[in-house]
Amino acid sequence: MPDNATETAPLVPPGLTDNSVSEWISGIVVKKKISFGWLGGLAIAFSLLMMFNYAIVVLFTYGVGIWGLQIPVAWGFAIVNFVWWVGIGHAGTFISAVLYLCHQEWRTSINRFTESMTLFAVACAGIFPLIHLGRPWLFYYLFPYPNTMALWPQFRSPLIWDMFAVLTYATVSVIFYFVGLLPDLATLRDRAPHRWQRIIYGLLALGWRGSGRQWSRYKMAYLIMAGLATPLVVSVHSIVSLDFAVGIVPGWHTTIMPFYFVAAALQSGFAMGLILIIPVRHFYHLKDIITGRHLANMAKLMLATSLVVAHGYFTDTFMSWYSGDPYDKFIVADKFTGAYAIAGWMLMILDIGVVQLVWLRAVRESPVALFIIAILVNVGLWLDHYVLVVQSLHSDYLPSEWRIFHGTIWDWMTLIGSFGLFLTLLFIFIRIFPMVAMSEMRSLVHRKPGEEKVQGA
Amino acid sequence: MTEPESYGLLAEFAGPDQLVQAARMLHECGYRRVESYSPFAVEGIPEAFHFRPTAVAVIFLASAVLGAAGGYFMQWYASVISYPENVGGRPLHSWPSFIPITFEMGVLGGVLGGILGMILLNRLPRYSHPVSNVERFRAASSDAFFLCVESSDAVFDLAKTTDFLRRCGATQVTEVPR
Repeated sequence: MPDNATETAPLVPPGLTDNSVSEWISGIVVKKKISFGWLGGLAIAFSLLMMFNYAIVVLFTYGVGIWGLQIPVAWGFAIVNFVWWVGIGHAGTFISAVLYLCHQEWRTSINRFTESMTLFAVACAGIFPLIHLGRPWLFYYLFPYPNTMALWPQFRSPLIWDMFAVLTYATVSVIFYFVGLLPDLATLRDRAPHRWQRIIYGLLALGWRGSGRQWSRYKMAYLIMAGLATPLVVSVHSIVSLDFAVGIVPGWHTTIMPFYFVAAALQSGFAMGLILIIPVRHFYHLKDIITGRHLANMAKLMLATSLVVAHGYFTDTFMSWYSGDPYDKFIVADKFTGAYAIAGWMLMILDIGVVQLVWLRAVRESPVALFIIAILVNVGLWLDHYVLVVQSLHSDYLPSEWRIFHGTIWDWMTLIGSFGLFLTLLFIFIRIFPMVAMSEMRSLVHRKPGEEKVQGA
Repeated sequence: MTEPESYGLLAEFAGPDQLVQAARMLHECGYRRVESYSPFAVEGIPEAFHFRPTAVAVIFLASAVLGAAGGYFMQWYASVISYPENVGGRPLHSWPSFIPITFEMGVLGGVLGGILGMILLNRLPRYSHPVSNVERFRAASSDAFFLCVESSDAVFDLAKTTDFLRRCGATQVTEVPR
């Protein structure tokens, strides 16, 4: 049971009314002046985005040879980054859909923000498989479209499943986001001081009036959509993991993959949520709405998923020993003693070691500590995917083929540049859409005292 | 006694509880063309109107089934009829490997169809609506709670309904121009 101030703090500050919620949140979007801090942040993010564009133009000009790829390591940073970014997206849908179905009311303050994080992370992720194609202009060969070559995609291949899963996920995330935003767009339409703002938000709001029957259908649709998104979010990273697990490469060919991929995805997503929310609530003075309790809850979810990931590592290691397969045994030993041993140990320390500090209440209550831990966790999970992809490939069945992979400057520019895309979208989002779901906050404001369910701490 | 030039009467209430109570009373007194407007989904309003959004659920189910069936059919047709390819003597109709895409297409179909259905059933997108002619109505998306009795209602009578709405606890009753 929660027994301290932070974890029993009210989800909405006393004295907050419908009008003050609307004024506060919509004011950030339609009234607040553009600040230097925002412009500076956008400028940095945009510069990184330009670097990303540059790296991609060079890539398209010279081909994937500019990356460190070779045989046998033909999957490098692009696949690592794809898996990592898709994973980050997962926490947004989890918070929006799963916590909604579980009546976790604290999600209300952060679901909009994490949903946007999902969208932008999936946008970043989607670019990597595309640019990883040798002939990216033929990407549409992946679609089952009627063509003069009378060809079909190979529906038995996990890579095609993957494309369907990620595209479905991206589409459903956009729709989920828009539907959640619809009543808030109407609020912005009605509160915006300028005519052009009213026109734009008015068009986006589709003429939403908030009538009783509209709300009733809306709630029903939202509930069912959350119900559909819940298995979807589990399916997406499971299917991504099948890209590996169906292959016979030692270190990939295990059935623990789908389970452990989903856990790692959620862990990186909760960590990224903390990384973004902690500075935003500070700079936009949202500490009364996104309280320490929200951060502590996110941190606990990050901790819980880290334990699942740890279980995945343990099972993977145990099974490779238990299987007696010499190739599999070798690859696990090599992970901690071979050429990538530093990455192998670092990922253990960062994504399951450091995060155990969250057991301490002092750490859970310190945003700075959570921020640092969350960054370390995400570095750890990137390394995890790096080791999974690169270390497994670099030494497969034929020792004469073994080669060490290192990312080139273009690999790193593409990775760092993708943050530019992510952050640019995020900076723009902060200024054009409300960061907190106002209509849901309003219904929380009207909840009678004592009605809130007791949450297991 | 209907006034042809007015759309109906817009009554404002102090809060969600008063809104639900008034909606119930209107329904009990035989008013059927009544609509509430609130800044969030007020609990009890659908019950007060005896309204259930069943159609939305049905559309979700139908479009999810259609999506899944379409996805499976596509894979079966491609792998068995249009482009059969014998890989190591394995069956052409290898249904287990068709499951992931069938599932994804089911979710995609359900969400696309269901949300489109919800939007269209809500008569959206809509350019303008008579209630938005009332200046005060702009607050309905922030902090105001309204009930609108439409003049097309069989029981509607400008004077009597105004009076009735006041007795139900309306803080303000405005006539809505068409």
